Amino acid sequence: MKLNRRDFVKVAGAATAVGLVGAPHLALGASQKVVIVGGGTGGATAAKYIKMADASIDVTIIEPNETYYTCYMSNEVIGGDRAFDTIKVGYDGLKARGINVVHDSATGIDPDKKVVKTAGGTELGYDRCIVAPGIELLYDKIEGYSAEAAQTLPHAWKAGEQTTILRKQLEAMDDGGVVVIVGPPNPFRCPPGPYERASQIAHYLKAHKPKSKVIILDAKQAFSKQGLFVQGWERLYGYGTDDALIEWRPGPDAAVVACDPASLSVETSFGDEIEADVINVIPPQRAGEIAQVAGLADDSGWCPVDVKTFESRIHEGIHVIGDACIATAMPKSGYAANSQGKVAAAAVVALLKGEEPGTPSYINTCYSIVGTDYGISVAGVYRLAEDGSAIAEVEGAGGLTPMDAPDWALAREVQYAHSWYANIVEDSFG
Amino acid sequence: MATISPRLALLAGALALGISSGAHADATASMLANTCAGCHGVNGQSEGPASPIILGIHPQVFVDMMEGYKSDNIYSTIMGRIAKGYTSEDFEKMASHFSKFEYVPAKQSYDEALVEKGAKLHEKYCDKCHAEGGTPIIDAETGEPAEDYYLLAGQWTPYLQFTMSDFREDRRALPKKMRSKLEDMLEAEGEDGIAALFAYFASEQ
Repeated sequence: MKLNRRDFVKVAGAATAVGLVGAPHLALGASQKVVIVGGGTGGATAAKYIKMADASIDVTIIEPNETYYTCYMSNEVIGGDRAFDTIKVGYDGLKARGINVVHDSATGIDPDKKVVKTAGGTELGYDRCIVAPGIELLYDKIEGYSAEAAQTLPHAWKAGEQTTILRKQLEAMDDGGVVVIVGPPNPFRCPPGPYERASQIAHYLKAHKPKSKVIILDAKQAFSKQGLFVQGWERLYGYGTDDALIEWRPGPDAAVVACDPASLSVETSFGDEIEADVINVIPPQRAGEIAQVAGLADDSGWCPVDVKTFESRIHEGIHVIGDACIATAMPKSGYAANSQGKVAAAAVVALLKGEEPGTPSYINTCYSIVGTDYGISVAGVYRLAEDGSAIAEVEGAGGLTPMDAPDWALAREVQYAHSWYANIVEDSFG
Repeated sequence: MATISPRLALLAGALALGISSGAHADATASMLANTCAGCHGVNGQSEGPASPIILGIHPQVFVDMMEGYKSDNIYSTIMGRIAKGYTSEDFEKMASHFSKFEYVPAKQSYDEALVEKGAKLHEKYCDKCHAEGGTPIIDAETGEPAEDYYLLAGQWTPYLQFTMSDFREDRRALPKKMRSKLEDMLEAEGEDGIAALFAYFASEQ
C-alpha cells in the first residue's frame, strides 16, 4: 500500500518535529524513538505499554491496514454466532495515547543505520525497533495453492476478507455438503484454531444443514486440547458415529499436498483425492515477510530471540515478538503476543534508559468455543529459565479444563472466553 | 469484620529491601499485574461480561482469594490453574498494584424494577458485613483501605451469580454468618431475593 499525501505529511511532520529523517534521535537529543513494525496484537500492545511506561518515548507503528480484524473469535464469525464487525479494531485508541500510526508497509530494516524503510518511500529512524509481523502463509508448500487460489479455497488464517469468504461459502452450501479443513504442520499460529473452527462449523451445520459434514485432513498426528475437543465433539456432534458432523483424519497420510480450486478437490500424501463443497486450506507458515527480508529469521523460518528481552539474536537493537519469534515453550497465540508485547515494552524502556531490563513474567490463556455454552481453555504461566536461555513453564501451574467438566462449568468458560476477548482487545488496542 | 493481616503491613518493607523468592523473583508489581490484564482488563478494569473487576480491590482480599484459588479451596474454572504459577509474594505485589487504582463500577444493564427491593434486602441481610453495598472503604485520614471489603456494587453480574452459586453448592466455603443470613433471606424472599440483590448491585454505577 502506498502512503497517501495526508499520511506522508503526518510522517514527515512527525519526523521533522524531532529533527532529520533517519536520525531523529541525534537531532534534539530529547526524544527516544521506537518504531514498531506490525500493528497486530503484539505490536499494538508493545506500543501501548511503552507509552504507558514512559510518555516521552516517540512510538510509531507501521501497519498497512487501517482496521485490524482479530483472528481470535473469527471462528465464531465463521460459525455464524458473531457478527463480522465485532472483530474489527481500529487504531484510534493508540493514536489518542500519542502513538503515531503510519498506514504503510515496511519493506526493509537496516540494523546498522537503524532505519525502517517503507513501500511509500519513507525512512523512519529508530533507537529500538520492535518487529511484530505475525505469520507469512507458505502457499507454495501445497501444489496448486496461491494467494489467488485462496479467493476460492480460503485460508481464513488472517482475519478479514478471508473470514467472510469462508462464511459465505458455508452459507451458500447445500445441506449434505462436505467441508474440508486442511490442518497445517507445527509450528503454526493458534494451535487449537483449526479444531475450534471445525467445532464452530459443525455447530452451524447441526442447526442448518445437518446432513453435512466437516472433514479435517491433518498434517499432524495429534493436536492441541485434543482430548477435550474429542469429548466435546462426542457430546455435541456425534463424533465417532455414522452420523458424525466432524471427522478427523491424522497425518502423515491425510496431509494435503495439492489442491485444485477449479475442481474443488484436494490430494493427500497417501494419494487420496477428496472432493468437497467448501475447502479451507490452512497452509504451513513462517515468520511474517518483513522478518525474512530483514534477515531476522533462521533456517526454521522463525526468529530466534533473547527471550528475556525479545531482542533478536541476529540483529542488535531489533526485538521480535508474537507469532514470528521463537518463544520456546510459549505457543503462537494472541494472548502470548500480548504478554510478549508487555515484556518487550518493559525491556525496551529499560534499555533506552541504559538500565538492565527487569525480570520478565509471561502468560498464555486461550479459550476455544466448541458449541453453545461449551467452552474449554488452556493456560500457561511462564518464567525465564535459570540460565536465561528459554521461557520455561512454571511446573504445576496452567493446563487444561478438566475432562468430564459439568455443563455449568463449560457454560461459564464461554462467558469467560467472551470476557477474555473484550479485555484483550481493550488491553492491546484501547 | 476482618482486619488486614500483618503480612500486608510488612509488604512495603519487604519490597523496599528487595526480599523475594520463587519463580518470578524480582519481577516488578506492574510486570506481574500486567499478566492479568488480558482477562481482567487494563489495571483490572474488566470490560466484562463475566471476568470480575479487580481494580481497586482490597489488597488482603486479593491475596486471600488468590491463595484460595491456588489451593483449590475456592472453586474456579481457570483461576486456580493460573494461580498455581505464582508465589504469595507475587500475589502481594499484584495486590499492591491493583489496589492503588480507584474502583470504577461496571456499566451494565439490570432489571430496574428490582433495584429498590434489592437495596432493602441488602440493608437488611448483607450490609452489616458488606458495608456501602460492597464498595471500597477508604480511611479518610490515611487514604488507605480501612477495612476489608468485597467488590459487589458495580461488579459484573454473571461473576456474582457464579460466585453465589459456588457458595450455595459448597464449592466455596460459606462463612457461618453469611450462611445464616442467606438462609433467612431465601426463606423470606426465595430466589427472587437473590435476583433483586444482583439488580441492586448492578444499578450502582
